[in-house]
Amino acid sequence: MVSYVKSERQAEREKIRKSRTLRSASTATISTIIFLVLVVYVVTNAPGWQRVEETFFSWENFTKALPDVAEGFLINIKIFMIAEPLILIVGLLVALVRGLKSPVFFPLRALAIAYTDLFRGVPTLLLVLLIGFGLPALNLQGAPNDPVTLGIIALTLSYGAYVAEVFRSGIESVHPSQVAAARSLGLPYGKTMRFVVLPQAVRRVIPPLLNDFVALQKETSLVATIGVIEAVRQAQIHVAKTFNYTPYLVAALLFVLLTIPMARFTDYLAARSQRRRGA
Amino acid sequence: MTELNVLTIEGLWKGYRGRHVLKGIDLEVAPHEVVCLIGASGSGKSTLLRCVNLLEEVDDGTIHLEGAEITDPRVNADDVRKRLGIVFQAFNLFPHMSVLDNITLAPRQVHRVPRAQAERSARDLLERFGLGDRAGAYPDQLSGGQQQRVAIIRAVATQPKLLLLDEVTSALDPELVVEVLGVIKELKNAGMTMIMTTHEMSFCREIADTVCFLDNGVLIEKGPPAQIFTDPQEARTREFLRSVMESGRF
Repeated sequence: MVSYVKSERQAEREKIRKSRTLRSASTATISTIIFLVLVVYVVTNAPGWQRVEETFFSWENFTKALPDVAEGFLINIKIFMIAEPLILIVGLLVALVRGLKSPVFFPLRALAIAYTDLFRGVPTLLLVLLIGFGLPALNLQGAPNDPVTLGIIALTLSYGAYVAEVFRSGIESVHPSQVAAARSLGLPYGKTMRFVVLPQAVRRVIPPLLNDFVALQKETSLVATIGVIEAVRQAQIHVAKTFNYTPYLVAALLFVLLTIPMARFTDYLAARSQRRRGA
Repeated sequence: MTELNVLTIEGLWKGYRGRHVLKGIDLEVAPHEVVCLIGASGSGKSTLLRCVNLLEEVDDGTIHLEGAEITDPRVNADDVRKRLGIVFQAFNLFPHMSVLDNITLAPRQVHRVPRAQAERSARDLLERFGLGDRAGAYPDQLSGGQQQRVAIIRAVATQPKLLLLDEVTSALDPELVVEVLGVIKELKNAGMTMIMTTHEMSFCREIADTVCFLDNGVLIEKGPPAQIFTDPQEARTREFLRSVMESGRF
């Protein structure tokens, strides 16, 4: 039986490492404080600071605008929550259709390619306007004319095209030997995709997907252009009444509060998959 | 005659971009026979296995499996592959699935075996090949030798009529080769019909019923191992065996 006794040299090494960790932590703290003090000093000593403080950082306007802007922000969240699963479905379907090899599916495949080309090319703002005003103008039976629904449709079409490409790159990143292994076991194409390729592909594209969703969260504000009173429009209304820009800051703050957890979660997932690959 | 064989290959040609890799191969495999394909890298051994598995489309010639032609374009490749098993050099296990799921995927999804029954037979096989405690593990938690044993179990879990083994020990450390070869030996004793490509000459000599020497896409010589290894008829066979001998892999 060999039992472990820590050597003196090892104890010393650990002491040095510990003191080094402590030192770098305190260095980081001090330099952060100095940096912040400098930034605050430079900004508050700018010649126009007085005016900026009054128009952008008015506590009175902040508290007055907050309830309305927050209420509008609930609409942003609602649009985001509904659009996100729809985008995942559209993106996955389009990516799968693009992968179909059989000549029977040529028209579908062509449609999928045309869709991604077109909807990634058109600015999202234009898409929101075109669908928001164009679709109801058709006077189709059963077509929605509620601006929130129209906004969700526009965002889904736009982001569906991006997400389809993300899924497609994930599918293509799975090594062909995995497909060969599945097919050689007698699994047909569809089951090979479902059980072998997609589970691996989806795991790989989670970080870029979350990145797209962070972008989507912000772009929900584009539906303001077709008459939805969401957070940004609420802020605008307040600004128009008081000529004070603080409500914009309120809206910005709310968006940041929503996207930061998502961004940290993306980082966490990326770091985890990095660790796994290293293992 | 054809009816008696598990596999009959006649006049098989296969090329890539105008370069011929297989030049008119003829080969018959009888039930319970173990055929070893030997030859230098690039001699066409692996391509031959991939053609039998229909992973490659042949350029000419025919392959019959249990008397029925499988190289007919109207044949459903999935139905053919249901009756074959193949094990690759690089294992190709599914990294997102546990050992048990890797093995039971095809029985459940292709052969419609109920989950409980598929898992029971998978556990029996794992037990038999010394992996009884690794059913819940993931491929990257296993050693190379263990991964390859799982890959072999996955291939035989569907009870194939013919097992194809493509350089299954080439990616393994020497001390892990032994455990994989043990599995193959046990399969032979159980009566599995197999075609294997290998660089392990002593193992080939021990296990093969028939040894085929391929050179540059041509089947140069075929015979029982005792004859091929001690009394090769063709100059090129002698030359190949000498070079293998000199490299110390015999």
